[in-house]
Amino acid sequence: MLYEAVRLALQAILRNAFRSFLTVLGIVIGVAAVIAMVTVGQGSTDQVEADVSTLGTNLLMIRPGQPSQGPGSGGGGGTAASLTLKDVDAIEQQISSVAVATPSNSRGMTAIYGNANYSTTVTGTDNRYLTARSWAIVGGRAFYESELRTGTAACILGETVRQILFGNGDPIGASIRLKQIACRVIGILEVKGASSFGTDQDDIILIPIRTFQRRISGNQDVAMIYASIRNSVSTEKAKADIESLMRERRRIGPFEEDDFNVFDMKQITSMLTGITSVLTGLLSAVAAVSLLVGGIGIMNIMLVSVTERTREIGIRLAVGATERQVLMQFLVEAIVLSLIGGLIGILLGLALGLLGSRLLSIPFAPDATIVLAAFLFSALVGIVFGYFPARRAARMDPIEALRHQ
Amino acid sequence: MSKGQDPDSRPLIGLEGITKIYGTGDAEVRALRGIDMEISGGEFVAVMGPSGSGKSTAMNILGFLDKPTGGRYFFGGAEVGHLNRDQLALLRRNFLGFVFQGYNLLARTSALDNVELPLIYQGMAGSKRRILAREALAKVGLEGREDHHPAQLSGGQQQRVAIARAIVTNPDVILADEPTGNLDTARSHEIMDLLTGLNRVDGITILMVTHEPDMADYADRIIHFLDGRIETDNRNRKAAADAV
Repeated sequence: MLYEAVRLALQAILRNAFRSFLTVLGIVIGVAAVIAMVTVGQGSTDQVEADVSTLGTNLLMIRPGQPSQGPGSGGGGGTAASLTLKDVDAIEQQISSVAVATPSNSRGMTAIYGNANYSTTVTGTDNRYLTARSWAIVGGRAFYESELRTGTAACILGETVRQILFGNGDPIGASIRLKQIACRVIGILEVKGASSFGTDQDDIILIPIRTFQRRISGNQDVAMIYASIRNSVSTEKAKADIESLMRERRRIGPFEEDDFNVFDMKQITSMLTGITSVLTGLLSAVAAVSLLVGGIGIMNIMLVSVTERTREIGIRLAVGATERQVLMQFLVEAIVLSLIGGLIGILLGLALGLLGSRLLSIPFAPDATIVLAAFLFSALVGIVFGYFPARRAARMDPIEALRHQ
Repeated sequence: MSKGQDPDSRPLIGLEGITKIYGTGDAEVRALRGIDMEISGGEFVAVMGPSGSGKSTAMNILGFLDKPTGGRYFFGGAEVGHLNRDQLALLRRNFLGFVFQGYNLLARTSALDNVELPLIYQGMAGSKRRILAREALAKVGLEGREDHHPAQLSGGQQQRVAIARAIVTNPDVILADEPTGNLDTARSHEIMDLLTGLNRVDGITILMVTHEPDMADYADRIIHFLDGRIETDNRNRKAAADAV
């Protein structure tokens, strides 16, 4: 009987193919929107996680500022005193769980070579940065100790910068301009790969930290310290050690709050993925509303359909259909209709998700759970919004129905 | 029927004092004012009368489409006047076939699918349904038209499909409501010959509403309704003579 009901439903739906399509459009759009959102959201979450793991999961970041501020908030940290190179050395030397610590001051600047100019990020640091981020030099060399000590204008180029400024030429020994600084290229960084959320990790120029302080920022501040932790030590332990050392160095009283932050990559990951999941959630809620509207559309058309087919219902009742059989017929029709809408929506949503992932160059991450949920939800929409019209059909008086023109 | 009667001679259909009242108060309409009627299995009965005489109401009650307000309705010896909607649907499905003036076929649905409809509700398997529906269509002379939709068939052919749908369940009774009302004279006589055959050969009891005396003449018995009562109920000599 169920098979018959589905067959009858398909017949009725195909008889009015265009109207059926318009009827389910709401469901199609709703389901497609939810699936596309969740797919792209999941993809960007995966991408963030992958990026952070390339940065190194055993990396801690120390920045001045109130703990409530995220790692993305202003580097100066308001009134908090900034970090210094002495802090870097203290962290590396006094905390046994830290393998290396390195300063990192960054600023967006335009690099010029010949006729080519390119806006990139200049990071003042030292050779320990390469160790902390496990980043190799593939051409030329790292900084000499003397260059680091005296603040010589020597630069190591990321692959993107090298490509744009020099093309196929050899940059080693060439002189590029960073604002008024003439900077000699001494090395090329290994390709780190493209990354999500807009950052190309190879879009970078490294210079000695003292050069940065003296000729770019004009002060002795260190904006951020990277500390890489020994493999055998837990992140929590290293973090606690760094925090107590920094409290001591910055003379923070026992009842005062920290005026610096120590982030580990897990925190950064969860914060970034938190943002995407909140966005995904919000957009999905909007999409869910369109599913509701789609359901009302189905109810509306089913009511029209029941009225239009009054005589048909009369005939069915006359030849001996029970109330339940008529109810089932129209209910199954509504369910089949919304399931068709759901299926089209799922396919469209996955297609949009794939397109979106390609455009944002993030992984395509379809979620089986949400696809299943969308399918079941469209069935539910059919049941809920199909029941009332179906009941109206089932309760018709056969005599009245047969007389209906 | 009364107690103690021989079961074999009891009528297929028995009405005792059937009344039907629509509406209440000033709007009250007494459509049937007490109908007594007995119809035996195998009879061919024509029901006549002016509009508003109650014949349609009586047919609706006889066809289990409507319930009487008062009185008792026996079908095959069992009282059925108090049954609920679904029980009446089961009676229609298993014992009755309907033929309407306007054919009442499902539009944009093949003749075969139309004829199969009652069997679907009986829960019969598809392969068996096909066979029975083809047989029924062959019996009404529509072999080879199984896939035609109503719009592709003439009025007479559509009424034949409706008759095939009525007989496919092998019913005890066919209720025909002005079955020739929309047809020309030649087509009307063809349909009446078909119905007469079903009555004489297959022994199906036929109750037919008509206002055309020519058509009523095919019946063995003619009942006249007037003002919610049976006015006359006579054997039809002409049909009896034809049958011999």
